[in-house]
Formats: sequence, C-alpha cells, structure tokens
Amino acid sequence: MDTRQVITSLDPALIPLAPLVGAAAAYGLGRKNRVFSGVIATFAAIVAFALTLKGVFDLAPSAIKEAHLWRWFGVGQVAFDMTLRLDRLSSVMCLVITGIGSLIHLYSTAYMADDEGMPRFFAYLNLFLFSMLVLVLGGNLLVLFIGWEGVGLCSYLLIGFWFRNLNYCGAGRKAFVVNRIGDAGVLMGIFLLLKHFGTVDFLLLNDRLGEAAALFDPKLAAVCTLIGFCLFIGATGKSAQLPLFVWLPDAMAGPTPVSALIHAATMVTAGVYLFARAHFVFDSAGAELGLIVVVVAALTAFISATIAVAQNDIKKVLAYSTVSQLGFMFLAAGAGAYWVALFHVITHAFFKACLFLGAGSVIHGCHHEQDMRQMGGLRRLMPVTFITYFISTLAIAGIYPFSGFHSKHAILASLGQSPNSLIVASAPIIVLIASVTAGLTAFYMTRSLVLTFFGSYRGHAHPHESPWKMTVPLIVLAVLAVIGGIGLEHSLPHYLEAVLPRAHAHESLAPIDSLGASWIGVLGVLIGVFLYGPLASVPPAIAKAIPLLLRLLQGKYFIDEVYQTLIVRPLEGVSRVLWRGVDQGVIDGTVNGTAEVVEVSGELVRTMQTGDVRHYALYLFGAIATMVAVYLVW
Amino acid sequence: MALLDGFPLLSALVWLPLLGAIVLYAIPGGDSPEGQLRSRGLALGFTVMTLILSLLALSRFSSNQPGYQLVESFRWIEALGVRYELGIDGVSLALILLTTILMPLIVLSSHSIHESVRGYLACMLVLETAMLGTLVALDLFLFYLFWEFMLAPMYLIIGIWGGKRRVYASMKFVLYTAVGSVLMFVAILYTSWMAYDQAGVQLPSFLLGDLLHARFTLQEQIWLFAAFALAMCIKIPLFPLHTWLPDAHVEAPTGGSVVLAGVLLKMGLYGLFRFGYPLFPDGAAVFAPYLAALAVIGIIYGACIAWVQLDIKKLVAYSSVSHLGYCVLGLVAGTSLSVTGSTVQMINHGISTGALFLLVGVLYDRTHTRLIADYGGIAAKVPVFATLFLLFTLSSIALPLTNGFVGEFMILSGSYETYPMLTFFALAGVVLGAVYMLTLYMKTMYGEVNPAREGLTDIRLIEAVTLAPLLILVFWLGLFPQPLVDLIEPSVVRSLQITKERSHVLRESELTREALIPEDMAPRGVLMQKQSEYPSRPMSL
Repeated sequence: MDTRQVITSLDPALIPLAPLVGAAAAYGLGRKNRVFSGVIATFAAIVAFALTLKGVFDLAPSAIKEAHLWRWFGVGQVAFDMTLRLDRLSSVMCLVITGIGSLIHLYSTAYMADDEGMPRFFAYLNLFLFSMLVLVLGGNLLVLFIGWEGVGLCSYLLIGFWFRNLNYCGAGRKAFVVNRIGDAGVLMGIFLLLKHFGTVDFLLLNDRLGEAAALFDPKLAAVCTLIGFCLFIGATGKSAQLPLFVWLPDAMAGPTPVSALIHAATMVTAGVYLFARAHFVFDSAGAELGLIVVVVAALTAFISATIAVAQNDIKKVLAYSTVSQLGFMFLAAGAGAYWVALFHVITHAFFKACLFLGAGSVIHGCHHEQDMRQMGGLRRLMPVTFITYFISTLAIAGIYPFSGFHSKHAILASLGQSPNSLIVASAPIIVLIASVTAGLTAFYMTRSLVLTFFGSYRGHAHPHESPWKMTVPLIVLAVLAVIGGIGLEHSLPHYLEAVLPRAHAHESLAPIDSLGASWIGVLGVLIGVFLYGPLASVPPAIAKAIPLLLRLLQGKYFIDEVYQTLIVRPLEGVSRVLWRGVDQGVIDGTVNGTAEVVEVSGELVRTMQTGDVRHYALYLFGAIATMVAVYLVW
Repeated sequence: MALLDGFPLLSALVWLPLLGAIVLYAIPGGDSPEGQLRSRGLALGFTVMTLILSLLALSRFSSNQPGYQLVESFRWIEALGVRYELGIDGVSLALILLTTILMPLIVLSSHSIHESVRGYLACMLVLETAMLGTLVALDLFLFYLFWEFMLAPMYLIIGIWGGKRRVYASMKFVLYTAVGSVLMFVAILYTSWMAYDQAGVQLPSFLLGDLLHARFTLQEQIWLFAAFALAMCIKIPLFPLHTWLPDAHVEAPTGGSVVLAGVLLKMGLYGLFRFGYPLFPDGAAVFAPYLAALAVIGIIYGACIAWVQLDIKKLVAYSSVSHLGYCVLGLVAGTSLSVTGSTVQMINHGISTGALFLLVGVLYDRTHTRLIADYGGIAAKVPVFATLFLLFTLSSIALPLTNGFVGEFMILSGSYETYPMLTFFALAGVVLGAVYMLTLYMKTMYGEVNPAREGLTDIRLIEAVTLAPLLILVFWLGLFPQPLVDLIEPSVVRSLQITKERSHVLRESELTREALIPEDMAPRGVLMQKQSEYPSRPMSL
C-alpha cells in the first residue's frame, strides 16, 4: 500500500454536496408544490450518481482523491480535519448508495405521491444520502462518525415519518437509542485509537499500525483487539447484529422505500463498511476477535432466519431476512475476507432493495395491506412486481446463476481460507450453521412468494399494478440481481485489490457444479413450494404439532420483552426511585431538614429571650457553674 | 484602535448594564404601557451595547499573548489591600461573549413578563454587571463581591416574577449558595492572610497574581480547596448538591431560567478553573478523583431523573445536571483537551439549554402549562416550532455537526487519558441523553393532537428573532469550532502550566513530602502514553 497516490480533488466533496443542496431545495421549493420536491430530490440523487461515476472514471487502483475541506477542531497534537477521500473502496459504496438511491427516489415519487408530507420526506431522504456519503467518504473515523450518527438521525426521522402514529415514533426512538449504544462503542474505539496512536485518520492509522507491527510492539494485538471490539459493538448497533438487532424489525414502520434504501441496501451495511475501512485494526487484532465476530454473525443469521419463517407481515419477513443476510456479511468480514463481505453487500443491495420495493408495490397495490394472509394470487394482477420479486427470491435463495449464489458461495469459501486460525478451526460448524440458514432463507422467501403471488386473492381490496415510476426501478434491480453475481465475482476483487488485503477471487465452479452447489437453496425453495402449494394442509398441522416452538418464533423469541423486562422497565423504575426517593426524599430531605433544624433551634433559643433580667442572671449563673464544674472534674 | 488606548474597556463592559438599570429608573413613568415599551427598548439597547463592547474586547484580544489582557488595576480599599483589578484571558472572554450574547435575547424574551417590566429588566441588567464582574475580576475580594452580588437580582427575579412556589425556590437558591459562599470567603481571607504573613510585603493583598506566590502545606491546601470547591460545586451544581436547581428553574420566569442555565451555572466551573486549581494544586489533586466520580454519577443520575420527569422545564433542568457533569469531568481530568472541551461545553450548554428554556417559555406563554401530558401531537399544529425544537434537541444530545458534539467529544476523549473507567461510565450519558430528550420530543410533538392544543399558534416573529442567533450558533460552532478552541486553548494550557509549576514549588518547599512521582512520561515507541497535566498524587484513587 506504499504505492498509494493522494490526489487533491473536489470530487469527494461534490458527491455529498448534491443531495445536501437537494434536501434544502426539496423542502424549500416543495412547500409550494409537493411534486417539485420529488423531482428535485430525485434529480439530486442522479446528479450524485453522475458525479460518482465521474470521480470513479479515472480512479487508478491505489489512487485516493482527497478533499481537505477545513480543520474541524484540534487541541495540541490531536486534530480532526474535515477530510473526504474517494478511493476504490469508498467508490464502490458510493456507486451503490447513489445508484440504488436514485432508483428508490424515483420509486418514491410515485409511492409517496398522495402524501402531504412529501417535501419533508424527500428532504429527509436526500439528507440521508448526504449522511451516508459522508460516512463512506470520511477520511478519518470522526468524519465517518458524522455520517454514522447522521444516518441514524435520518433513519429516526423516516421511521417516525408518519408522526401521528405514536407507535411509529416509538420505533424511531428505539432505533436511535439502540444505535446510540453502538455509537458509544465507536466513540470508545475512537478514544482508544487517540490514546494509543494519536490519530483517527485512516491513512495515518494504517501507517502507524504498520510501524508498530514492524517493531513487533507486544501490546499491539491486545490494543487492536480492544479497539476492534469497540468498533464491532458499533457495527452490531448500526448493522443490527445480536444483541442489538431489535430495532431493525420495528423500523419497518417507516414508508417502504425507506426500508429498501436505509434498512436494507445502505445504512445497515455501514458496519460492514467500517470493517473494510478499518481493516488494518481487525487484521492486527488477536484471533479471538475474529472468532467473536463470526460466532455472533452466525447466530444472528440463524436466529433471525428462524424468526422470519413464522412472520405473516411481508415487511417483517424481509426485515428479519435482512438481519440474517447482514449476519452472512459479518461472517466474511470477521474472517478477514472484506471484499467478499462487500460483494454480499452489493448483491444483497440489489435483490433486497428489489424485494422491499416489490413488497412496497404490493402494499401500494393492496391499499396498505401488509399481511400476507390477506394477499395471494397477485401474479396475474401485478405481473411486473411478481416477476421481479420471483427473480430476487431466487437470488436471495442462493440459486445459480443468480447473484446471491455467488456471494454466498464466496462467503462460505472464505471461512475455510481465513488467515485467522481459530476461524479455520471452527469453520465446519460455522459453515454448517450458515448452510442451514441458507436453506431456511430459501424456504421463508419462497413462502412469502407463494403466499403473496400464488393461489387466489384472499383480501378485500382491488389490487392493481403500480405505475412505471415504481416498476422501472424494480426491473433494473431485478436485472442486477440476476447478473450482479457473475458480473462482479471476478471484477470486484480485481477492482479492490490495491485497497483491501486478500482481495482475490475464489476459484469459481463450473456452471454444472454451481447448480449442484445450489442444492440447499433449491431444497428450501421446493419445500416452500410444496408446503404452501399442493400440501397446503401440512403447515397448519405442523403448527398444531409444535405450538410452543411456533409461539416462540412468532414472538421473535420474546427478545424485546426480555429487554423490556430486564433493562428498560427496571431502569425506568430505578429512575423513578432516584427521583422521588433519593432526590426529593434523601437529598432534598437532608437539605430542608438542615434548614428545619436551624429554624427549630432558633425557635427554642428565642423563647429564652424573655427580656427579664432575672432570667438572664440565672443563665449567667448556670453557665459559670457549669464551667467551674467542668474545670474541676477535668 | 489608537483611539481606544487607555480606555477602560473592561470597566465599561462591566458597569454599562448597571448604568442601564439606573437609566431605566431615572426616567419617570416607566410602568405605563409606553414606559414598558421604552424600558424594553432601553434594556435592549444597553445589552446590545454591552455585546458590542465585548466584541470590541474580542477584537483587541490576542489569544497567543501570555497572561491577562486589557488589565485595569487601581488601588481601592488600601487598608485591606483590596484592589480593583480586572483582566481577561481566553476562557473568561469566551464566557463573557456567551453572557453578552444571551442577555439581549433574554430582554427580547421579556414580552411574556407583564408585571413591573421595568423592575424585571433592571434586575437582569444588574445581574449582567455582576456576572461580567465575576468573570473579569482578578482580585479575590472583588471576585467575591461580584460573586455574591449575583445572588440578589436572581433572588428577586425568581421571587417576584416566578411561578407558584417562587418564594420557596428563591429562598432555597439563596440559602444554598450562600452557605457555600461564606466558607469560600473565609478561605479567601485565610489565603490572603497567609500570603501576607509569608511574603513580608508591605501590604496585604487579594490579587490572584500575588496569592499565587503564597505557600501552603498540603493540609492547608486540602481545607482551602474544599472551601472553594464547596461554593463552586453548589453553584455548578455538582451531584449531590443540585437540588436547588430544579426548583429554581421550574419557578423562575423564562429569562431567569435562561440566564441561570446559560451563565450562572458556569460560574462555579470558572471559579474552580481560575482560582481553585492554580491556588491549591495539591489540594485539588486530592479531591480530583472524587469530583470526577461525582461528576460521572451526576451525568447518569441527572439523565435518569430527567427521563421520568413530568414537567418539561424540570426535565431540562435535570438535563443540565447531567451536562454540567461532563464539564466537571473535563475540568478535573486536567488534560488540555478535556479542559478546553469543558469550556467549549460550557458555551455550548449555554446556547442549547438557553434555547430549550426559551422554547419551553414559548409553549408556556400560550398554554400556561409545562406538563408533558398536556401536550402531544403539536408538531402538526406548530411545524416551525417543532422544527426548531428538534434542532435544539439534537444539539442537546450532541449530534455531530451541532455545537453539542464538539465539547462533549473533547471532554470524553481528553478525560479518557486520566480516568478511563469513569469516562467509560460517562458514555452511558450519551445513550441516556438520547433517551430522555427523544422521549420528551416524542411525547410533546408526536402522536395524535391533544384536543386541548387544537388552537395552538405557531412561533411569532419576535420569538423567532430571539431564537435565530442561537440556532446560527448551534451550527456555526458545530461546523467551525476551531476559532473558539483557539481562543480558549492557549489560556487553558497556561493555566495548567501554572498549576503544575506551582505544585512543584509547593512540594519542594515542603521537606517532609514524599518523593516526587516521575513526570513527563515520554512517548515510547508508537503506542503513546499521556497523562493528566494536573499534578497527581499517589494517594489519589
């Protein structure tokens, strides 16, 4: 990495500037006519995409385009600059963010057309793009953190977009607070980096870590393990991993395009990006850290996939599926195969955005119905939505030649080839869990596909296909979901090889072997098709046979309830006790008690002041007598 | 600028508001409707002129020049050795600017005061003189006079223009703070007397510069610092000395709350920074870990209690307890980063919390209730107000690119070097801050509109004008905090240097003292080692 060339350029600053200006314009001008807001915001997103293309066009493998904007703040040797850098790693993310972002903006102009809050919606959506771009372009961890908290804010605002519904706002607040727990982890990581390396600039950090490694600094591994763990806590918050994933399913309260953009394609992958961006920390850390990450990821993937099986709300299925897929990404990230993690980020962005937008199209067509039991038979009524959803289902199921197959296959392969010996040793178990999860994924997605699009319509609305503004993004994403895997399998590692370690393609299988390797996905799909098609009487029978397990799955393992009972309520109770008991009782009681003692003793002494000389003579005599007595006794 | 050479700028700055108060009363008929309007205009004029003078002071201030600047020094009470000596450094100048910026806004917010407006404004002007005097006084006697002088107008503001329990709240405020102050006065007298005794100079002195040469044993320092710290910590207020604050805030009129949270609370921190630490460095070192622990308890405790409040104003008051905990932590952690951050946070807290109190005032003026339960869903009715409230809420929970983040981050990252475990716990405040502020925002702004609030009107022009400067500052200081940091940092570094050097002198002068602990742990290899720049003692935690 010594060959890196830093080029001063305005490109990294202009890319996020477009949606920032767009947000202001969309809100300002959109108040006159709300249609403007959608047009302006979509235009801003497309401009950002074009600017990214322009910036990427002449980006050499190890080149870094740097925009040093201003000194944010600094004291003594510690300084933080507003620096944005576009290198090949951030450029990949920028393309995903602005590309898919543009499609989803276009989609939203139709989806939100009837909503009075359109200007606000598009302003927030553009603001999100700005924050997300700052996150990926940030030249140091603190600028990244600006974006990190910024996307959290936009997520909060968009989840609670329909603010008349207090439940939605509660979901937004939950997302923000749970993310803040993760953010505290990131802050802790920043403090540790500052303490031990004196900087949070990614380039400088990379160099300092290199120096420390060259000196065989004995503390390096321990320090990096701790820092990496702190950053991982941040990632579990933002990327919804155990134990902080609980906010993501609730986040589905937001408008569906928001779920597609923020809670599937981009924001939730920020944790994975953090791993890739700060890969030198994780590479220098002890093997335990990688194992922790991989175990957490595997458990997250598996547990959320089992929950997804039992959900009836189409968006909830997709939400738990997202949590599960994020787990897959962290499997690769924890194993040190950062490019593979990014590969899955990208393919997942294609097919999951498509699925969410498809779900949105269905919800839109069914007049805001989200329960799959009230759908069915939509394939004839909404053919475009059906075909794109179908393709994306095959992609997420991991069936060759769709994109999900390639990235999942690369993830499983990366575990065994990890530089981390602990992960290699435990790879068989992890791969087993991951494979079972992949089968479950194929199953629950097929279930949602069948329930939604096959059979006969069970609802009471009049479903209709969505307008072109919604179907065009679906088609584009579906095409990407088909070709994304084959297209990127070799080009992506090649593109990233100068910026990420171990960025080399895994040996790809021959098509016939790939089909063979798809067996678990195919199995999942077949079981889904049969259970919800010809053998439709079986699932209720199974449900009857295992009522407790079903209850557990439908109740999402009651993790929310456990947190509520064990953490939130006790904390609130303690707070009340602190307020009424300690603050008003003990502390203020002591204060006021002191005042009362003074007052009462004052009252007592006052009664002695009778104005009668004889009384005073008595006090005088008594006092002298006491003094003499004390003197004599001593 | 040659024109201004020799012009007593600081005196003018300090006494101009008092002159304003006198003028308000010198013009007859001040309580008639026209008189009220005139009083408001006059008060605004005087506070704006004071602001201009403070900006003039800023323009003449050079932050890289050592020592106090714009110094004025006159003999005053010669028999006691009291001098009228004023001077500023970067820290006091930053707080002066905060004060002079907030005061015109407080005058603007006085439209909600209807009874004896003139008296209210006069109290505010007198208070401004007292606050500015406290910030510029370099003679401890003078400092003490201004310090105590702050109490009287605040007592009247709460006691006359306050809410239902105003008498209780104002009495509590005065008695609480007076108790601490009396002990501090004794300590000041002792300090001066000891200095006189040792130095063999001709006259007794209360000058900070002179007293910094006085020598104290560790035992003396402990007692003297304790007396100072008690007065300061009540003022801040540091847990568990904070219970006067919620009462005072709830009962105070809007302007009173703004000035209380915005400026008065910072006086305690300023006093510790200016006098407590440099004068008694080793005494401070003994207490520092305990103060840091109390600060962190306060951060979490204040946040928890804020969470369950039913009254918006009380919630904001408890949030101040939490936020000021950060300031104390940063101050006692004693790295240049943390102490600078602490000062930055003082300014930022004044802006954000001042604005939040103004916003609560806007609601109260319309509805005469501050209970959270009496609101709900009003974002649909008052969109501009809701947006402003959201922005200041974000500033209060320290979102990056708002002012709140910079100070909080500097404090925490600076304190981590000195108190890693305590800083770790302080991070809980980062999460809890989001909990209580977003809960407040959600319960008041979101949901179905509370039927009682159907007719609520959005923010008026004068209210918007009052809030606009604060909103600008939120983002200006969030995006470009470096000028403020540059103003403060050199003074902080010098003060830390003085504290450290004085600690050396004091220790060398005391022969029975244990061996000095090694200083200056130089960076070893790549992994850096840093320590608090304050002296530390083996006996500390």
